[in-house]
Amino acid sequence: MKKVFKLKNLGCANCASKMEREINKLNGVKNATINFITQKLTFDSEEQNLDETTEAIKKIVKKIEPNCSLQVT
Amino acid sequence: MSEFKKTIIRLAIGLLVLIAALSLPLSAYFKLAIFLAAYLISGGDVLLRAVKNISHGQIFDENFLMCIATIGAFFVGEYPEAVAVMLFYQTGELFQDYAVNRSRKSITELMDIRPDYANVKRNNELITVDPEEVAIDEIIVVKAGEKIPLDGKVIEGYSMVDTSALTGESVPRELSVGDDALSGCININGLLTIKVSKEFGESTVAKILDLVENASSKKAKAENFITKFARYYTPIVVIAAALLAVIPPLVLRDAAFQDWIYRALLFLVVSCPCALVISIPLGFFGGIGGASKSGILIKGSNYLEALAEAEIIVFDKTGTLTKGTFKVSEIHPVDISESELLEMTAYAESYSNHPISLSLKKAYASDIDNTRITDVEEIPGHGVKAVVDSKTVFAGNIKLMKSIGIDCRNNDAAGTIVHVAIGGKYAGCVIISDEIKEDAAAAVNKLKAEGINKTVMLTGDSKAVGFKVSSQLGLDEVYAELLPSDKVSEVEKLLAQKSGKGKLVFVGDGINDAPVLSRSDIGIAMGGLGSDAAIEAADVVIMNDELTKIATSISISKKTLRIVKQNIIFALGIKGIVLAMSAFGLANMWEAVFSDVGVSVIAILNSARALNVKKL
Repeated sequence: MKKVFKLKNLGCANCASKMEREINKLNGVKNATINFITQKLTFDSEEQNLDETTEAIKKIVKKIEPNCSLQVT
Repeated sequence: MSEFKKTIIRLAIGLLVLIAALSLPLSAYFKLAIFLAAYLISGGDVLLRAVKNISHGQIFDENFLMCIATIGAFFVGEYPEAVAVMLFYQTGELFQDYAVNRSRKSITELMDIRPDYANVKRNNELITVDPEEVAIDEIIVVKAGEKIPLDGKVIEGYSMVDTSALTGESVPRELSVGDDALSGCININGLLTIKVSKEFGESTVAKILDLVENASSKKAKAENFITKFARYYTPIVVIAAALLAVIPPLVLRDAAFQDWIYRALLFLVVSCPCALVISIPLGFFGGIGGASKSGILIKGSNYLEALAEAEIIVFDKTGTLTKGTFKVSEIHPVDISESELLEMTAYAESYSNHPISLSLKKAYASDIDNTRITDVEEIPGHGVKAVVDSKTVFAGNIKLMKSIGIDCRNNDAAGTIVHVAIGGKYAGCVIISDEIKEDAAAAVNKLKAEGINKTVMLTGDSKAVGFKVSSQLGLDEVYAELLPSDKVSEVEKLLAQKSGKGKLVFVGDGINDAPVLSRSDIGIAMGGLGSDAAIEAADVVIMNDELTKIATSISISKKTLRIVKQNIIFALGIKGIVLAMSAFGLANMWEAVFSDVGVSVIAILNSARALNVKKL
C-alpha cells in the first residue's frame, strides 16, 4: 500500500537524504523517497504494522532534524 | 511576526553587540564577555541544535561543524572573527531558506492545477464539496472561470475551455453536449453541466499531479552520484581537518599549533555538501515542472536526464506521424471527368460508415441525394455495389473488379485504392491516403537540429505508403509491412546499433504499442490527454498532439543538465579551491563560509532557472 506523509519544516536537504536512507532500513517499508521540494515522504508499506512503522518514522525524522515533524494525512 | 523577521532582528542585534565590543574601550575580559554575548545572540540556536543532534547520535551535521569551527576560533583568540563568521553563516542560511522557499512556492504554483471544490447537484440543490467526495454518475455544474473538478460527459451547456494547464496549448477547446470534459481545464465562458464518469483519484488532473510529484522518486544518475558523494565527502574532509590540525605542527619545525588549528577549522566549514544536495534535485524537479507546464509529462528524473542523450528516434506511423484519418489524395478517371468519378464513387459508398466512405463523402463535399441511389449491397472484403442514376456502380478493391470480369491494374500509389466500374465499364480509381500531420516535417527537422543521428519509421502499412511518407518527412529509414510483434524486434535491432551512451526513443500513440514503448530506452506517447493507456505505458507523455514537443522535451532536458553540471562544477570547484587555499594558509573564515552557504544560495538560484522553459 502506498502512503504519503507530509514533512513539516523540512529545511535541510542533506538531512532529507539521511532520513530517506534510515527509513528504507525499517522493516515493512519499501521504496521510501523524500521529495525535498514538495516536503513529502512516499513509501510502500505493509498494512498490518502501519502504526508501528509510522511511529518509527516519526522517531527517525525527529532524530535527524529536530525542527521537522511528520504529518499523517 | 514571522520566523524570518525574528531571525533578521536577532542577527541585527548580534551585529550591534559585536560593533559595541569592537569599538568600546574596555578591559580584555569585559570585551571577551561582550563578544561571547554577541556570539550567543547570533548563534545560540545553532549551538542548541548541535547539542541536540549529538545527543541523537548525529555528528557531522552542519550545526555541529559550524560550532566547532567558531568555538575553535574563540580558542585561538580570533573573537571578532568567530562572531562575524557565525553572523555571516546565519545570514547565508537565511538567504538559503528564502531561496528554497521561493523555489518551492513557484513549483507548487506551477503545479496548482488541483481543483479545490466541485458544485454538485444533490436533492435539487447545488452544494459545494471537495472533489474527492463526488461519486460516479453524480451531476456537477461548472461556472465560467471555474476549474472542471472531475472527468465526465457534458450533458448540458456549451462553452470554451482552457486546457493550457494540462497541454500547454493556449487555443481553447470547444465543449458541448456529449463531449468528454477533462478535469483541470478551466471553463472560460459558458455554464457546463457534467455527469461525472470517474472518481477524483482516477481523474485526469489527479493522475497528472501524482505523476509529476512522484517523478522525483526515479532518480537521475547525477542525483545518485551526488547522494553517494555527499555520504563520503563530509567524513573525508573532517578527517583531513583533524590530520591538518595535528600532523604539521608535529612534523614541521616552526609550525604554530594555532595557525594549523585555524586552517583545520576552515576545512570543517567547507565540509557540508548542502549546495549540491539541494540544488541538483531541485534542478531536475524544476525541469520536470517546467515541462509539465508546457504539456510534456516526464515520469522520472532519469528520463529527463536520458532525453539529452537521445540518438535514434523511432516513430510509429499511423496516428503518430499521420493523423490516422483518411483523405482522398488522387483521382484517376478513365473516360469520364474527375468530378463525375468522385460523385459516382461517393454516391455508391454513401451508405457505409467506413473511414474510406467518410473520406469520399468529405471530398465530394455536396449533399448526397438519397433518391438517386437504389439497391445498395455491401460485398464484404471487396467493396460495394449500388445503382446510382439507374446505372450499376461497383466500387472496391481489385478483387471486386476481377469478380465482375473487369480488367484493371493497381498502380503503386501510396494509399488505399478504390476501383470503380460504372455500367459494366472501368471508370478509373480514387486513391485515399492518411494525412501527414502538419507539424511532422518541422518536428523531424527540429529533432535533427537537436542532434538526433537517425530518424526511423515503423509501419504495418505497405512499402509504397511507408516510403512516400518517409520521403516527404525526410526520415532516414523505414521498415514497412510489420506485424505488431515485428516492431519490437526492429527496435531491438536498432538498440544494438546505437552507441553505448546514446538512447533510443520510441514515439507512438500509446494505445497498441505498449510493448515497444517499454522495450525502448525512452517511450514517448503522443496525445496523452484523455488517454489513460498512453499515460500508463509511456515514460514521457506529450499531452496534445504536437510532434514538435519531442524536440522541446529534448531541449528542456539539455538545459536542465547544463544547469546541473554548472552547479556541480561550480560548487565542487569553489569548495576545492577554498580547501586548497585553507591548507596553505591563504584563506580565512569568510571565504570558507562563502563556499558553504554562499555557494548554496547561488546554486539554488541557478537551479530555479530550470523551471523557466519559456525561453528555450
